[in-house]
Amino acid sequence: MSTNIQLPIYLDNSATTKIDPRVLEHMLPYLSELYGNPASRSHSFGWAVDKAVDEAREMVANAVNCDTKEIIWTSGATESNNLAIKGAAFFYQDRGKHIITLKTEHKAVLDTMRELERVGFEVTYLSPQENGLLDLNHLTTAIRKDTILISIMHVNNEIGVIQDIPAIGNICREKNIIFHVDGAQAIGKVDINLNESNVDLMSFSAHKAYGPKGIGALYVRRKPRVRLISQIHGGGHERGFRSGTLPTHQIVGMGMAFKIAKEELPMETIRIKKLQNKLIDNLKNMEEVYFNGDLISRVPHNLNVSFNYVEGESLIMAIKDIAVSSGSACTSASLEPSYVLRAIGRNDELAHSSIRITIGRFNTEEEIDYTVKLLQKKVNHLRELSPLWEMYKEGIDVANYKWNTEHTERDIILHS
Amino acid sequence: MAYSEKVIEHYENPKNVGTLDKSSSRVGTGLVGAPACGDVMKLQIQVNDQGIIEDAKFKTYGCGSAIASSSLVTEILKGKTLDEAASIRNQSIADELALPPVKIHCSVLAEDAIKAAITDYRQKNQQL
Repeated sequence: MSTNIQLPIYLDNSATTKIDPRVLEHMLPYLSELYGNPASRSHSFGWAVDKAVDEAREMVANAVNCDTKEIIWTSGATESNNLAIKGAAFFYQDRGKHIITLKTEHKAVLDTMRELERVGFEVTYLSPQENGLLDLNHLTTAIRKDTILISIMHVNNEIGVIQDIPAIGNICREKNIIFHVDGAQAIGKVDINLNESNVDLMSFSAHKAYGPKGIGALYVRRKPRVRLISQIHGGGHERGFRSGTLPTHQIVGMGMAFKIAKEELPMETIRIKKLQNKLIDNLKNMEEVYFNGDLISRVPHNLNVSFNYVEGESLIMAIKDIAVSSGSACTSASLEPSYVLRAIGRNDELAHSSIRITIGRFNTEEEIDYTVKLLQKKVNHLRELSPLWEMYKEGIDVANYKWNTEHTERDIILHS
Repeated sequence: MAYSEKVIEHYENPKNVGTLDKSSSRVGTGLVGAPACGDVMKLQIQVNDQGIIEDAKFKTYGCGSAIASSSLVTEILKGKTLDEAASIRNQSIADELALPPVKIHCSVLAEDAIKAAITDYRQKNQQL
């Protein structure tokens, strides 16, 4: 194995990304001499940073092809999702109380939907197909007369699949339903053109695209105008959509991050696709390896793979030289198998033995070579340790084996 | 997940990994857990004419703590009588490996595996 590699290798770029040095450099003055409040209209300290906020807003708007007035700063994609979904649901509730979403959405969407159910809205959670993609006929059938909002993510955080946002947008526009898209994982990975799509609301985050944490944005369409009930009240910042003093350093960081993401998308896509292909080509030759999610309608950055008969946590431990995640980082504190993998029909065993490798801007080909060798070596080692692998090799149907699960009841007691 | 040094040592250098001849009358096999729960342990003991466990082997599908628990158990079992083995409690395994509360179930499973292996051996040899 190559020796000029720094270990561990970071391959968890869908959890967060390293700040691009160009972004950091752009931010630093706003943490020292440029400390004014952009809302201060009466002196030059305020004017200077207000100008910087405007420029950053323009960079973000350019990156997703919309008007600057359609970008609202938030603290991140979770807040954007909350503002979009609750804000639209409460504003349009006189039209109806039905909302449609997907079972594989991020928790920031799903938990917001649960909260809306608690206050009287009705939510339909659609199952994706086995490849993770939404069947548009399935969506059309679920639409009712009282459907006011549809929320579908652009790129899935766990399995990297890309939903057909233009097509879903057309359905929503035709039925006069507000369409929200969680775009947290989309920026810098797919081309986003809001002027040419029928998306009404779209959530963004800076830290998934080599920007700082704690800053995001919500796109709110102006033509036709989309209305929201604001969720945070205060000084009326962001045209009343979201009060709170603007975090200037983070905003300029997000602007620069999005500008770079847009400029480098074509080159980065080619480079990262090559790395993904290398992973796929090497891993697919191993026995009992399953890729999760469609391999075509997918961002090149993501590979989610299950190694049958190997348990996920011990795999993560065995491959500690590479930083990857087992399911979504947000739920890795629990022992539950990934709800996304279950929603696409993977059984618990395969869900338990899955890892998510997410490649980023700073990963090299040598790092991917190292990763392939490490995975092959460690998976083989763990299979030597695995009674399930032994049973599989003996020709026993492990999936339909009658397990004595008496102890699991004790597990539940111990865990509760 | 922060593991103790002992868990990491057993995980990285597991002792007594392997398979004994499960058709032998001297061998008792315990297979406990379920893949859906994230842990399966196969523990085998080989018992001599004096009723002493002279060999133990394991294979485990599970987290680092589960692998470490079963590796530790194979070491403890060697040289013990069946009654001594049957008296091993999960708490001593958990203490020895300094398992965090969320991983106590791994030691419970290891205790279950010992009992299952002993039961299998006794059933084979009509010693119930």
